Amino acid sequence: MIAIIDYGVGNLFSLAGSLRHLGIESAVTRDLGVIRSAERVILPGVGAFGDAIAKFRAFGLEPALSAEVAKGKPLLGICLGMQLLFEKSFEFGLYEGLGYLKGEVHPLTPDIPADLKVPQIGWNSLRFERPDDPLLKYSKEGDYVYYVHSFYAKGCADSLVAWSEYGTRVPGLVHRGNVYGTQFHPEKSGAAGLAMLRAFAEVV
Amino acid sequence: MITKRIIPCLDIRDGRVVKGVNFEGVRDVEDPVELARFYNESGADELVFYDITASFEGRGLFTDVLERTAREIFIPLTVGGSINEVKDFERVLTRGADKVSVNTGAINSPALIEAASKKYGSQCVVLSMDIKRVDGRFHIFKKGGREDTGIDALEWAAYGEEHGAGELVVNSIDTDGVRDGFDLEMLQAICDRVRIPVIASGGAGGMEHFATLFKGVAGVDAGLAASIFHFKEVSIRDLKLFLRGEGIEMRI
Repeated sequence: MIAIIDYGVGNLFSLAGSLRHLGIESAVTRDLGVIRSAERVILPGVGAFGDAIAKFRAFGLEPALSAEVAKGKPLLGICLGMQLLFEKSFEFGLYEGLGYLKGEVHPLTPDIPADLKVPQIGWNSLRFERPDDPLLKYSKEGDYVYYVHSFYAKGCADSLVAWSEYGTRVPGLVHRGNVYGTQFHPEKSGAAGLAMLRAFAEVV
Repeated sequence: MITKRIIPCLDIRDGRVVKGVNFEGVRDVEDPVELARFYNESGADELVFYDITASFEGRGLFTDVLERTAREIFIPLTVGGSINEVKDFERVLTRGADKVSVNTGAINSPALIEAASKKYGSQCVVLSMDIKRVDGRFHIFKKGGREDTGIDALEWAAYGEEHGAGELVVNSIDTDGVRDGFDLEMLQAICDRVRIPVIASGGAGGMEHFATLFKGVAGVDAGLAASIFHFKEVSIRDLKLFLRGEGIEMRI
């Protein structure tokens, strides 16, 4: 069973629906007992970093999740949920992240040409840095995935698995140890996204 | 590379798909869930469900259709129509919508844009604008394009961006239903004013109109259309292959 952490940030309808569609059991929850008993955990999220991390901590979820991650339980952060995995974010201030992965979250605007839109909204193709990553088991280079974001991860070379070109190399998929993250939304990326959720449900 | 997006729009009344021509003379077409499945399989990048239901009962039928669609189709789903307050966002976001498009509701209450983006995030707030030329200026119209608000469209677009809209839909009343191509002049004016993604709507009559759109106005991110897809005059797959052949990045 996969625990989808509900900390009041974002729309979990599609995520729960896509796992159901794949025949994968999941529970949308903030119950610490359910998170502890789950085989895998997904940390979703949309909106602003500061607000999200504050809510996450206010629900008392950080010690429980950190303990599960330390035990080796597979964790997948999606979109803002992926950004929370890093050490800090510069989104409208300076916020401390969960620090499970090395790296920082910065605004796209100063790093990309002025003719590119911010937020990046839409389908972008993936370039593989580590094609043999378990999350790419059912994927192929060039698959299109759906992004919606104005901030992106930097300094995450040691976890970078796949990226997309958007005036700069935008880390799309990161993985180190038992911690995974996607900047794009696999639950909104059609068959290409479902393939990655299926692979996540199989990682050990 | 990021692709340009092709977005079919389904106008839905009482749980059935309809399409107006110049917003008048609506006629019934097909089942929305069937049509959504068909479009997903043929490569649509997103779907827009536009609720034109007037009755309370019909609204329930709409959210049922939305939920049934979202349970089996995993591409972005935008919902518009009858979005007047923050609780209308809640009503559709909890039933499977990813983005919510506001139009008249935001004109009547501009604070709605910021309130919704603060609560749900900019990524799900789409400001949809019905625009028509009046005395050489672009005016925002409301009530499905029937009433001139006198608001300058460029100012309104900039206001929307500043207050948290994540995307803009630019629907030209001047070209809608005419099927003679998108309103490139209007779209260029909007794109020059904002940096958020812009979706073009109104005027698609054939595949070449999409090529002209994406080549003519570089700032346009997506093309939205309804009738040419519903009546199967143009298949989305053929359109995307054609556009890719024209050198435009497409997800196929």
